[in-house]
Amino acid sequence: MKQGPMKKNRLRLSATAAALLLALPLAACGDDGDSGSGDNGNGGGTETLTVFAAASLTKTFEELEKQFEDAHEGVDVKLSFGGSSDLVAQITEGADADVFASADTANMDKLVAADLAEGEPAEFATNTLMIAVPPGNPAGITNLADLTEKDVNLVLCQPEVPCGSASLKVAEAAGLTFQPVSEEQSVTDVLAKVSSGEADAGLVYVTDVTAAGDTVEGIDFPEAADVVNHYPIVAVKGSEHADLAKEWLDLVLGDGQQVFKEAGFGAPGA
Amino acid sequence: MSHTRHVGLPRWLFGPALLAGVFVVLPVASMTTRIAWSDFPSLVTSEAARSALLLSLRTSTASTLLCLLLGIPLATVLARSEARWLGVLRSLVLLPLVLPPVVGGIALLSTFGRQGLLGGHLETLGIKIAFTSIAVVLAQTFVSLPFLVVSLEGALRTAGERYDVVAASLGARPTTVLRRVTLPLVLPGLASGAVLAFARSLGEFGATITFAGSLEGTTRTLPLLIYNLRVTDADAAVAMSLVLVAVAVLVIGLVRPRGAL
Repeated sequence: MKQGPMKKNRLRLSATAAALLLALPLAACGDDGDSGSGDNGNGGGTETLTVFAAASLTKTFEELEKQFEDAHEGVDVKLSFGGSSDLVAQITEGADADVFASADTANMDKLVAADLAEGEPAEFATNTLMIAVPPGNPAGITNLADLTEKDVNLVLCQPEVPCGSASLKVAEAAGLTFQPVSEEQSVTDVLAKVSSGEADAGLVYVTDVTAAGDTVEGIDFPEAADVVNHYPIVAVKGSEHADLAKEWLDLVLGDGQQVFKEAGFGAPGA
Repeated sequence: MSHTRHVGLPRWLFGPALLAGVFVVLPVASMTTRIAWSDFPSLVTSEAARSALLLSLRTSTASTLLCLLLGIPLATVLARSEARWLGVLRSLVLLPLVLPPVVGGIALLSTFGRQGLLGGHLETLGIKIAFTSIAVVLAQTFVSLPFLVVSLEGALRTAGERYDVVAASLGARPTTVLRRVTLPLVLPGLASGAVLAFARSLGEFGATITFAGSLEGTTRTLPLLIYNLRVTDADAAVAMSLVLVAVAVLVIGLVRPRGAL
């Protein structure tokens, strides 16, 4: 493959042109993702605040989104929910997030370590685990020890995500060893397996059981108090909407606390 | 490069052709820039990686065999029978090609899940499918079967029936014709169909995670492991992705699919 410089340049040019051509249609659908119901999407002075939040915060943050948008004319809040570890990975890869709310301190520490946190993360809620079973509790689960029974299909979060590490700690505190049939990526995946009856039981947060309504039943267990999960929130460094991000933090740590209380979260510092 | 043709290709064709090539090759090649090669051996030989690769190879082999078992009769019937309703069947068999894998997973759940159409009865018979490697094989077979059927049916139609007719006129029974004439003639098509099915099984993700769950050694195949690793250990995820690419290239290199796919 001997090539003259001319040919090489032309090749490089074609490759660049190719990349540009590919990017064109993508750019066209880049900035109109509006999850809210407000249709002021292309108003002149719209500002967008992008909030990355753990999946377990879905309902509460959607509630706060309404409050925030009502209080801030021309501001559009965009929420992106997922597993905390997923979200940190996306932010460190350069995703445009202004605020990050994590379901545990470990993943927040990752963001801080990557030097992407603006100031100190603040705790805004706490959460504890609960056993989720399908409606009617077909396997007759009553306590944590029942989850270790041989014929119980137990589904947990994988150890790397907050609900998974909390599950391991609870087992340790109770002196039990779980043998899950599946380790899922997020709370929502665990709930899906439980509510469909594929699994006999799963370990999720109290608030997840509350949010799931009557698709699952929750069972309290005393060991849950040994493992309290802390939810920290922080503004992301380099955000173009630093002022808005700060106001979102103020809402979450201030007036918004009522919303978390109603959803079953524990108070911060518990 | 020095290959000359009698009919010149229009020159403008080369731009878009290059674009297509770049579009496929560049993203895959880009992955190699994201990895510290010194760590590569330790990343791909970890316990989790080894067990996922082995599970993937085992389940993909099993589902390829299952595809052959189910697919050869189906493709033969589709290619040779004159029945009216076969047109409908052909379209239905192709469904898994166009269904999102997660939908395939939900469909399998509603059939073989514990609350599913058959799953409950199977469980009373002592056959456990949910959360076992069997579920993985079923998911892979579901999405891979169309590949085998389409390639084999195409090969059978191309081969035509002349030799079959001759064999039959010489007194061979239908089964003998099938075994000694029809299938040997389409062996290349059968092989490429099987390889495609294997490759598709190897890459199966959506139906597997929906239907079979994710547990190391039992249901966590290579794609599921990559999905888990991408948030906890991005380097390991890229390394495993390259392993998967290498296996796929090896498999595709074995047989260059011709015709239908």
